[in-house]
Amino acid sequence: MELTVVKERKNKQVEERSEKNVVYRTKNLNLWYGEHHALKNIDLDIYENEVTAIIGPSGCGKSTYIKTLNRMIELVPSVRTSGEITYRGRNIFDKSYRVEELRTQVGMVFQKPNPFPKSIYDNVAYGPRIHGIRDKKILDEIVERSLRGAAIWDEVKDRLHTNAYGLSGGQQQRLCIARCLAIEPDVILMDEPTSALDPISTLKVEELVQELKKNYSIIIVTHNMQQAARISDKTAFFLNGEVIEYSDTDKLFSNPDDKRTEDYITGRFG
Amino acid sequence: MAMTDGNRSYSVRDMIKENKKKQSGQQFVEWLMPKLLLLTATISVLTTIGILFTLLFETFVFFERVSIVEFLTSKEWLPWDEKTGSFGVAPLVTGTLLTTAIAMVVAIPIGLASAIYLSEYASEKARKILKPILEVLAGIPTIVYGFFALTFVTPLLQKIIPNLGIFNALSPGLVMGIMIIPMVASLSEDAMSSVPNSIREGALGLGSTKLEVALKVVLPAATSGIAASFMLAISRAVGETMIVAVAGGSSPVFTFDVTKSIQTLTAYIVQVTTGDAGYGTTVYYSIYAVGMTLFLFTLAMNLLAQYISRRFREEY
Repeated sequence: MELTVVKERKNKQVEERSEKNVVYRTKNLNLWYGEHHALKNIDLDIYENEVTAIIGPSGCGKSTYIKTLNRMIELVPSVRTSGEITYRGRNIFDKSYRVEELRTQVGMVFQKPNPFPKSIYDNVAYGPRIHGIRDKKILDEIVERSLRGAAIWDEVKDRLHTNAYGLSGGQQQRLCIARCLAIEPDVILMDEPTSALDPISTLKVEELVQELKKNYSIIIVTHNMQQAARISDKTAFFLNGEVIEYSDTDKLFSNPDDKRTEDYITGRFG
Repeated sequence: MAMTDGNRSYSVRDMIKENKKKQSGQQFVEWLMPKLLLLTATISVLTTIGILFTLLFETFVFFERVSIVEFLTSKEWLPWDEKTGSFGVAPLVTGTLLTTAIAMVVAIPIGLASAIYLSEYASEKARKILKPILEVLAGIPTIVYGFFALTFVTPLLQKIIPNLGIFNALSPGLVMGIMIIPMVASLSEDAMSSVPNSIREGALGLGSTKLEVALKVVLPAATSGIAASFMLAISRAVGETMIVAVAGGSSPVFTFDVTKSIQTLTAYIVQVTTGDAGYGTTVYYSIYAVGMTLFLFTLAMNLLAQYISRRFREEY
């Protein structure tokens, strides 16, 4: 009797732990652009404080998937979805789930750096401000902390009030990461964040991702397999809207289960 | 039938060479065309210069008869009496500013709100229907607006404001504002639509609502275009003639009372040119001085608009 109770409790603990560790659980997700079936029966669990890379050739649905995670995909007219994505146990497609609430917890960094045409300071302060933080001293602190977090503070600290468009592409992208950190999200989605950057800037962003995973769960779409191999803990390989293989990055790149994964990572197509 | 390389009966290279020889006239056309195009472009420039010189010249004659100090400082505009006449431009300027101000109070908020709706909220379909309708509003002849102000808006306003004169500043001001809405809306919408979507996505990605994106990101990013549209709208209102001539009256009184009959700079020129002021009289020359004033006003507004759009232009 006592034993079963203990056992049950243990089971419960295990369950709770695994529930807690899963940030995003995708169940049987399908997505259509009009008639085009872009995502097919996606099942994917994404874990806390890990870097999850999504790789695959152009048009495989990797960007579509990541944009579904914060419902950014709904900006595209004529998109339909079915299935379920739960974020921390809540279905993000639920009518009662305000999309702004979701996006406040799930930050996004885009393919092309997209700072606002404002000063560096105002770019970072924008998020906290729209969420009601007005205190100048607190804002100053947030701005500095976020810029430090995005490893760009030293480069911009003397020009915080100049326009963000004066920064280089790589700096702009790190500024966008800082802007995202300023609202202390839980998850950061990165949609090919280095595809428009030069190799040095790419390296800086990659190092940053390693640093950030201590505090955030990161999902990164990349067309660069070396990048996925370098920085991610888990990798999902997408092809034609399906998840072909999803496993630990080391395993996927050294010993893939699926022939198509092997063909892709060895550069036979894509 | 597809020709294979081996047995075709022509050579493209030879044909080009052959045709080149025939086209000796092309050289001449190439030489002539830019000169013709320059000539057409010069026509409008020359016309502008011509107008400016006429204006300057006749204004100069006017100021030989009437002192410029009187023109600028006197608050009385009584041009019809050669002996006791007084030429203080202030009443005409206040008339113009009054109607312009009323028009802006109407056109700027409504035009800007329409622009925000069209650029940030309207579906493609709604935009396709609304924009042409808005542009029809801009295509209505101003004389029609003038009669609309006089015969519809004024009587309507008289029910609310009993002491409103038949001719007043309020009614033409309001109608002028309505006329200018499409201009503000269209130019501001252009400015807002040219803000790239990636910036909107960045803001939405931080959990902004649509309204926050529109007001805190898109609007500031489009400031230069929007401000320029305001300046052009003011310039348009200052220069507007028919509405104020028909519904504003012809009483050059120094007043800021919108219920009274007024006269604008433009309406005065209409009054003189359609009346029987003889050539060479002071009244005749006065319209050039008034025209010059008008020209300087609108020129200043246009320059300001250009300056603003250059100074605050955002590069995305």
